[in-house]
Amino acid sequence: MTHREDAAMTQRGEAAGAPAVRSHAAPAVRSQAAPAVRRVLAQASFEARAILRNGEQLLLSLILPVIVLFGLSLTGVLEAIGTPVDADSRIAVATAGVLGLALASTAFTGQAIATGFDRRYGVLRQLATTPLGTTGLLWGKLIAVVVVVAVQFAVIGTLAALLGFAAPVAFGALAATAVLGTAVMLTWGLLMAGTLRAEATLALANLVWVLMASVGGILFAHAGLWGAILAWTPFGALGNGMRAAVVAGSWDPFALLVMAAWTVLGVLLARRWFDFDGK
Amino acid sequence: MQAPPLEISELGYSYGRHEAIRDVSLSARPGTVHAVLGPNGAGKSTTIACAVGLLRPDRGTVRIFGADPVSDHTCTAGVTGVMLQDGGLPMASRPLQALEHLARMYRDPLPVGEIAERLGITGFSRRTIRRLSGGQRQRVGLAAALIGRPRLVFLDEPTAGLDPQASLVVREVIGELRADGVAVVLTTHDIDDAQQLADHVTIIDHGVVIAAGTPAGLMDAEEGSQTLCLRSCRTPSPELLRRLARFGAVSISGEETTIIGNFGPRELAAVTAALAEHDASVLEFALHGRTLNDVFLDLTGRELR
Repeated sequence: MTHREDAAMTQRGEAAGAPAVRSHAAPAVRSQAAPAVRRVLAQASFEARAILRNGEQLLLSLILPVIVLFGLSLTGVLEAIGTPVDADSRIAVATAGVLGLALASTAFTGQAIATGFDRRYGVLRQLATTPLGTTGLLWGKLIAVVVVVAVQFAVIGTLAALLGFAAPVAFGALAATAVLGTAVMLTWGLLMAGTLRAEATLALANLVWVLMASVGGILFAHAGLWGAILAWTPFGALGNGMRAAVVAGSWDPFALLVMAAWTVLGVLLARRWFDFDGK
Repeated sequence: MQAPPLEISELGYSYGRHEAIRDVSLSARPGTVHAVLGPNGAGKSTTIACAVGLLRPDRGTVRIFGADPVSDHTCTAGVTGVMLQDGGLPMASRPLQALEHLARMYRDPLPVGEIAERLGITGFSRRTIRRLSGGQRQRVGLAAALIGRPRLVFLDEPTAGLDPQASLVVREVIGELRADGVAVVLTTHDIDDAQQLADHVTIIDHGVVIAAGTPAGLMDAEEGSQTLCLRSCRTPSPELLRRLARFGAVSISGEETTIIGNFGPRELAAVTAALAEHDASVLEFALHGRTLNDVFLDLTGRELR
């Protein structure tokens, strides 16, 4: 008798000794769900492909930022609006701003609109009834947005290098700013999508994009009181963090702290108010 | 003994101050079809949303194969298929892409081609879901519910908006699921569907269960199992109505008089004799067995909500 057979006999003996009554029915079925990592990665790849295939999202997240990069780098717009730049730092300031704008386009505006309409058409509800669940859905979105932001950074970084970018980048600070920036923008985008009607989300998310790009402190720093106020906002902090990492090659701990605090607040509000059912 | 596919007991849920359901209990057994019927706003959808774990009930319990659909969601969702009304499918995708994506959530899904073929999806698989008709979306939604080889299926209005051929296929698929031992929970407005397909019916109104049983049991109610409809030019006289009331429960709607009772040859002869004595000019005289629709209207009323 092998060792394994011996063990099996012992188990059967115990089972025979104790009556086979189960005090409760669960768990009665084997889980038919795919492993969690596979589910989340499947969702992430589906979402990432959806973003990259969607013409309007691509316009917002890549084409417009690239146009802005060329515009700010090759013309005197930054000087004209009073930003203190010289010929050397102009491309660096433009690159920092455009990286922030591209990130906000994907993580905030793009996701707010896409999720708002998915919610309206019951897509969130349907996915929530599969083994993916709501938590898996959110992780899938986060990973998809991080992947798309990485693609944007690669494209914008390459173009900036071609334009003659030569500032000392603090890559650790850039990564930290990008991660916290993605987290805060995605959280607030989803909060909007999960609480407002899809049309309201569409209008408001685009309006916020225009405000962030123009007077929100993402593309260029603002002086005086307005600049001081913006430092406390998620978009102002994103702009400051990017400029510190890309232009000055340093960290901006206050900006990171502001983005982390807004993320926590957004998550708390979303847990309370996000409604997966958009009907 | 294995826990039943679905066991809902004394379920209650409120949206703010509005109590959508209270004390709803129902269960589904393997290899049976359970129809949940009710007028609009009766609480059917809330019940299903609690059952699949989309809502956390205020009171009562839901168990899917013995497990809680909220706290043990991954396990219960893995054996449950849900077809929502109007799809819930990503609009920019093509049907097979969407189904392949959902299939990745399960350990051992059905081959996408097989289910697409069965439900006639391959014919329009090159179009995006946004461009499909309502009936085509319904079929993709049904495929989405079945892709993970579920043991419990929730179908919300599965035949709504389908042409007769497509509804026939959907009814056949429901029959196949039952034969495979799957528990099917069907919410529908189509009471003929329920009568044909269901082994068990629960009728919900104003958030409470007002009747439950087999279709035959519900149709064979105490007050009688047949309906006699008389259509006449003028309203029957009070004296005639008193005579007719001996045969069952009489109700009048316009020029139609309905008597619910049991009518053998003797009763029919007596009714016609009464009509002759009162010189009632009858345009139509029809006797039929009670349908589930009759039971439903008797229980929930005939007025619009």
